[in-house]
Amino acid sequence: MHVTPWTTIKRIFRTGFLNFWRNGFVTLSSILMMTITLFTLGLVVFSGVVLNTTLQSLRDKADINIYFTTSAPEDQILALQNTLQARPDVAQVVYTSSDAELAAFRDRHQNDQLTLQALDELGGNPLGAVLTVKAKDLTQYDAIAQFLEQQQSVGGGGSGSGSGSASSPIIDKVNYFDAAHRAAIDKLQSITDSAERIGLVIIIILSLVTVAISFNTVRLAIYTSRDEIAVMQLVGAGRNYIRAPFMVEAIMYGLFAGLFTLVLYYPITYWLGQQTASFFGDLNVFAYYMGHFFFFFVVIVGTGVVLGAIASFLAVRRYLKI
Amino acid sequence: MIYFDKVTKLYGNSAALEDINFSIEPGEFISIVGHSGAGKTTLMKMLLAEERPTSGDVYFQSANIHDVSRATLNQIRRRIGTIFQDFRLLPYKTAYENIAFAMEAAGRTDEEIYSDVPHVLELVDLGDKLNHFPHQLSGGEQQRVAIARAIVNQPDVIMADEPTGNLDPVNTFEVIQILKKVNDLGTTVILTTHNKGVIDSLKKRVITMDRGRIIRDDKEGMYVL
Repeated sequence: MHVTPWTTIKRIFRTGFLNFWRNGFVTLSSILMMTITLFTLGLVVFSGVVLNTTLQSLRDKADINIYFTTSAPEDQILALQNTLQARPDVAQVVYTSSDAELAAFRDRHQNDQLTLQALDELGGNPLGAVLTVKAKDLTQYDAIAQFLEQQQSVGGGGSGSGSGSASSPIIDKVNYFDAAHRAAIDKLQSITDSAERIGLVIIIILSLVTVAISFNTVRLAIYTSRDEIAVMQLVGAGRNYIRAPFMVEAIMYGLFAGLFTLVLYYPITYWLGQQTASFFGDLNVFAYYMGHFFFFFVVIVGTGVVLGAIASFLAVRRYLKI
Repeated sequence: MIYFDKVTKLYGNSAALEDINFSIEPGEFISIVGHSGAGKTTLMKMLLAEERPTSGDVYFQSANIHDVSRATLNQIRRRIGTIFQDFRLLPYKTAYENIAFAMEAAGRTDEEIYSDVPHVLELVDLGDKLNHFPHQLSGGEQQRVAIARAIVNQPDVIMADEPTGNLDPVNTFEVIQILKKVNDLGTTVILTTHNKGVIDSLKKRVITMDRGRIIRDDKEGMYVL
């Protein structure tokens, strides 16, 4: 006559489920508290994503424009584009021909007859071609600008291309050397850096609060059972046999709270997605939520379950000292 | 079987127990009497290792119960059935489940539980209240469930700490009758009580305590304070 491990596991789960069901009020309030903490955790994840996307879209706004003289030969410009593109710190170089620039100018000023007339009177195309350079990181613009300065002082572009070695400079102007443009990029960098730092601090604080509240919730739920735990010990129950059903119960709190949180986020992100897509730099939180649902499921439900298990393990231990 | 060897328990500077020496033989029915605060409950807690003595040892058979492994202590506790004044049933378990829990803790099989729990509840006259929760039972009924829980594993010792303290005379009489019956079947019973009538009618060994000390130990004692 021996109790099999399977029987023990069955008894543990049965007791855990029964306690979960019968302690109705404690169960309900624990699930609600856990829901609030897991909801906060979701907010932390969402704010991280939103912050990253917003900062990225801000960073994408920074660039350097290289304005070429009208006489600059296209092959030299393209050669410079290739040289720049080959640099490890350059993300993208976009070439806009002088014709395209003119078309864009006309388009921008289509309601401004005076300007268009003046343009017509000039005859020909007064606008040069433009290369728009985006660096991989905001800090790299300085190095790129330095390189362009060298090119400019050498008196041409298209280093490495033998064709038509320049006698006159082809670069008219690089806007990074404008104080205002440079200041704007520097400022952007300091803003995104500090936003990232503040974001990280907030994320850490909220995560700690989440863990603390979950622990306290489970501890309170188990506190109500401290006399029971004492009696169980006095009738000679083993520590693990006493602890395991409480862990099953707390894991169920985490599981249900996690599922409830996932359900809550559906209408909230749906509503927010429409309201804020333009504000968050084209990030639709609803689309993001749906697209990464598995990730959210694992993070939120997983956190609930793991927190429940650890918190109950520690909380029961407090009362297992008899 | 049970031996207290120079046991002293201090709470701060005040002594709850002071130099306690006595032994209990198998099959004895022993009552411990004394005013509130005399140290009766502390004595019981020492025997269950619920509290550690400040000095001295408590032996259950040959084992020093404050110096054994956790597993051994659990084994010993399963051989001591406990009954408390406030019943101490598990509130979210039915009468049946409360008793089943003690059997589960003792490693009994499901088949044993299915057959023994209804039987023991029948013995304490609660055969029809298997599925009642403690709050659905009267004080006397709760205490009988507690007794059923204490005896179901056929322990060597029953420890009853003021089991009749919250009961009316009829229920008190019934509880004492059950304890006597259990003792007649060979189980050692340790009873603490304030009830003079109970002690005087038992005509068994009585230990009288006062301020943490044993002041009398009479073979067929009476309630004398």
